[in-house]
Amino acid sequence: MQNTIAQRIYDFLKQFPPFQFMAESDLLDICSQASVLYLDKDEVIFKRDQAYGDRFYIVQQGAIKLTRPSKDVIKVVDICDEGDLFGLKVTSTDTYRTTATANEETILYTLPMEEFSAFAKANKAISNYLIASFASNIKDPYTLQQSGSLLNTYEPERSAHLLGLEQARYSTAIITCSPKTSIQEAARLMQQHRIGCLVITTDSIPVGVLTNRELRNAIANNIISSDHVVHDAMITQVVCAVPKVTVAQAQLILLKNGISHLIITEDGTASTKVVGVLSKHDIVVAYGNSPAELVKEIKRAKKTKMLRFTWEKATLLLERYLDQNLPISHILNIFSELKDALMQRTMELSLSKMAHNPPVPFTWLALGSQGREEQLLYTDQDNALIYEDVSPENNEATKGYFLHLANRMNKRLHKIGYDYCPADMMGSNPLYCLSLSEWKAQFSTWIKDPSPESMLLSGIFFDYRMVYGTQELVGELTASIYDQLSTSSVFFRFMAKDALKNPPPVSFFRNFLVESDGAHKDEFDIKNRAMAPLISGARVLSLYHNLRNINHTSERFEKLAELEPQNKELFESCAYAFKALLKFRVKQGLRNDDSGRFIKLADLSKEERLKLKRCFKPLRDLQEVLRVRFQTQNLS
Amino acid sequence: MGLFTTSPQRSFPPFWTQYLAAFAREKSQAGFLGSTLDGKKLDTTRFVVFDTETTGLHYKEDRILSIGAVTVINNEISIAQSLELYLKQDIYKPESAKIHGILRNGSYEQVNEQEAIEKCLEFIGTNILIGHHIGFDVAVINAALKRAQLGKLKNRVLDTETLYKRLVHPINRSLQEKRYTLDELAEALKIPLHDRHTSAGDALITAIAFIKIVKRLNSDGSLTVKQLFRKN
Repeated sequence: MQNTIAQRIYDFLKQFPPFQFMAESDLLDICSQASVLYLDKDEVIFKRDQAYGDRFYIVQQGAIKLTRPSKDVIKVVDICDEGDLFGLKVTSTDTYRTTATANEETILYTLPMEEFSAFAKANKAISNYLIASFASNIKDPYTLQQSGSLLNTYEPERSAHLLGLEQARYSTAIITCSPKTSIQEAARLMQQHRIGCLVITTDSIPVGVLTNRELRNAIANNIISSDHVVHDAMITQVVCAVPKVTVAQAQLILLKNGISHLIITEDGTASTKVVGVLSKHDIVVAYGNSPAELVKEIKRAKKTKMLRFTWEKATLLLERYLDQNLPISHILNIFSELKDALMQRTMELSLSKMAHNPPVPFTWLALGSQGREEQLLYTDQDNALIYEDVSPENNEATKGYFLHLANRMNKRLHKIGYDYCPADMMGSNPLYCLSLSEWKAQFSTWIKDPSPESMLLSGIFFDYRMVYGTQELVGELTASIYDQLSTSSVFFRFMAKDALKNPPPVSFFRNFLVESDGAHKDEFDIKNRAMAPLISGARVLSLYHNLRNINHTSERFEKLAELEPQNKELFESCAYAFKALLKFRVKQGLRNDDSGRFIKLADLSKEERLKLKRCFKPLRDLQEVLRVRFQTQNLS
Repeated sequence: MGLFTTSPQRSFPPFWTQYLAAFAREKSQAGFLGSTLDGKKLDTTRFVVFDTETTGLHYKEDRILSIGAVTVINNEISIAQSLELYLKQDIYKPESAKIHGILRNGSYEQVNEQEAIEKCLEFIGTNILIGHHIGFDVAVINAALKRAQLGKLKNRVLDTETLYKRLVHPINRSLQEKRYTLDELAEALKIPLHDRHTSAGDALITAIAFIKIVKRLNSDGSLTVKQLFRKN
């Protein structure tokens, strides 16, 4: 019989895991046994400790709250959204572990448990999904960052990579010589092949090792005359390993023996044939580009082109870090170090091309997201330059010099991959290449006479950070700014108002607010709609609390949580949400090779969409705090 | 020939006698003075939500294209207990196909009118019928029954429009007199619309509307089935 309703339920369910793993006929069959349930807000579907029913539930529309008592309070375990499945018996317990209540008006589909379990048992993809999602019973609205990658953690390759459990790669083109070779000949061999280690063999059996260190010792002990042979200098204790040695194992052996080369033999002992040599360098390569290596490379770069190349390598490293789910704050720390090195080197290169040294001390500032050390991908460059005050008659010449320098700097950064700022907020703009007293006057205007228009500028300029130059100039500017701030309360109100201009990004009907026109129509602007309210909220509150030297938005929130115990929970979730959003944006950016700012919602998986939505939750509360504290409603 | 005897040469098909017998049984259980509605509980009663699609709005001339029905017990709509029938057409109006999307001799499995009525009566039994503007659907089925030389439907019926109006405060007199289409009702009750103009889809939307309305009428939990039939 034709069954339109079952077909519709099928169409709905097949979008979501685990139903998407089911064969069409199986799913259709189970859909024809479905039923539809309508619930009012606060209606209870089942209670904790009640015996399992013979059906389980999928949210078609609305939301279901799962709760369980934790000590004295009722804890919300999860909010099930459209497409979420709950009430399925997965473990051997006979009673529900949570209480399910309708969080709002909700329509549920129910499916027979027994029939579905039969499919689940037969289908590995389904059972894996179920096990993974129910094993992580720690879901709660603010800690759901990982849920999307649940399945990934079950892939052995990925975790193996993190631990160095894969087989080590080593050189199999071994250079050997006999113990009777003269030392000079051995050294010449090493020079010729540009290697640091010779394996000394008799009939392919290793009898010793000669490395740079042994040669150094030989020179020190004066055994370099022509009648000395390798045998006199080599170490005879050969440390060997099997061909299947893992990276981590090899690293441990090297560390334990304090050596730099490991000899790979057929059976891992010194009595079989040599098959390869594994050096410390091979381990470094195995662990990928280490940040330390990259910094070294940046510092040695002689050309902008090389900087660009190195920075591309850094992007690969970033991708791997994200894959391995390292904490984003850790990644940010590493990358801000790398970025500082990059900026400093770029400045050094720019300076070297100038006709003469700078006439007075100066400071190069990173602004906006670079100033907050929150930038992982290529974005626009926002920067500015401060130079020490000079006598009025010299000002023009000095300014000319620094404009020229800034121009070179901006061009180089552009070459490396940073786009020019569309609003021209760059050091090469005469408006933002100013002497210290000019800067003080500029900030003073912004603070004393705030207007909605100047808020955009101050929003960027108040997050500045020194990248190159003299600390004193920045220190003086900062002191002057905070001095002015302490006398102006209207500035905070304007800034708070500005922070409120983007409403929380989820509409009343729980949909994403997307761009309604322009090139990014129907895409979600994660920067403006989700991150900007958090960034500006953190900025105004930390200026209000006189927090200096903390530029990072999530760190600002963490500090604020300490300062305001009454809002601790809110600020902590803001910090968390910001980190999650940043990670999200970076991942999107890497995936699409852009700044990650605009997200096509259709490309997101359901998990990702939910994850995003959960990050928005603290936004509304944060804006309420700002609204009340700074009395923004009276501002025109 | 007695006054109350029917003509002996006329014999009814078994499904019709069964249909009538079920009602007679129910009535005898309720007793001579009692109503079949007495003591019926809201959470155990089986309601059949019902919708027909037709070739037009003249119940005598137009024919049934499809019949869709779902059952509601205790606020739950069971898909396993649903009915969806498509009828073979003798009269066919191309203009109505646009709305209903049911093409003449389409790829659906089709039954003739006689079979449709039989299946339909078996499905509804003595249950209370729910529908939006159900008067029309009942008239359409009755016309089909008449063509088969059978009597009229005996089921009690409830109209979701009438029920919905009980939610509207009497002070809004203009709304009391307003006619609601199923689309308007769904919008007022915030029910997402899809599958409009397939009888099964309309029956599902009507069923959700019915559940929503009854929940609102039953805010204190004391509503009985009998009270649903109360005249305003």
